Amino acid sequence: MMETLFYLAAVVALAATGLALTRANAAHALIYLIVSLLAVAVTFFLMGAPFAAALEIVIYAGAIMVLFVFVIMMLNVGEEGITREREWLSGRNWIVPGLLAALLLLELVIALRHAPTTTAGVDVTPKAVGLTLFGPYVLAVEIASMLLLSGLVGAYHLGRRFIVRRERRGGAS
Amino acid sequence: MGGLQIPMEHVLTLAGLLFSCGLLGLMLRRNIIFMLMSLEVMLNAAALAFVAAGAKWGQADGQIIFLLILSVAAAEVAVGLGLVLQIQRRFKTLDMDQARRLRG
Repeated sequence: MMETLFYLAAVVALAATGLALTRANAAHALIYLIVSLLAVAVTFFLMGAPFAAALEIVIYAGAIMVLFVFVIMMLNVGEEGITREREWLSGRNWIVPGLLAALLLLELVIALRHAPTTTAGVDVTPKAVGLTLFGPYVLAVEIASMLLLSGLVGAYHLGRRFIVRRERRGGAS
Repeated sequence: MGGLQIPMEHVLTLAGLLFSCGLLGLMLRRNIIFMLMSLEVMLNAAALAFVAAGAKWGQADGQIIFLLILSVAAAEVAVGLGLVLQIQRRFKTLDMDQARRLRG
């Protein structure tokens, strides 16, 4: 039973990834990519890693994809951007990703209804992850913090010049 | 003893297929936003393999590496999207074939 759910989620993940990377339109591709990440999160959940599944949704499908959305929206501001966004919001483009996401939700509900919610015998609980993370793997936390700091500095450096030039150009005209 | 009831090969096949999708996208698409998305897919496939291995032996280590991959992806996307804005400003296009010279 749980195995069937796993294979269904795997098919959804592959299909959504394939559709995402073959779209011509970046916004449509992003929607399919989010569905693909949600499908991978469902497979994490079914494999007995609920903490990883939650993080996949919160950070990958939430934070990182929102960054992509911001940049795509920043790249086409102005009149043509408005007409293009009106095209994006037409109904047809939402049907297939919506159906795939609804399928994933259905899978999750079915999995939660069953007593052992995973295909693994036991869950790896968030408590175990936390104890391991701040026990033997505390160096990994330090490495991740340094990495995020360097990413922050790099993004600030690259993005700041973009913002300053824009303001100057706006003031001149 | 945890142990997946799904054969490990199937999970690793899924991870490999997702990774190849990302690699194909990275090689075939020339729009830099799609290239960044392909990188995300590849990192995600690697994370899937790690979590599957962690679930196979019922240990938390796989999820720790997943956390590390997550922070790598976040840092990479932040810098990559900054680069996207710079390239769009400088070349007025997102086509990577226009931006292949190192000093332009």
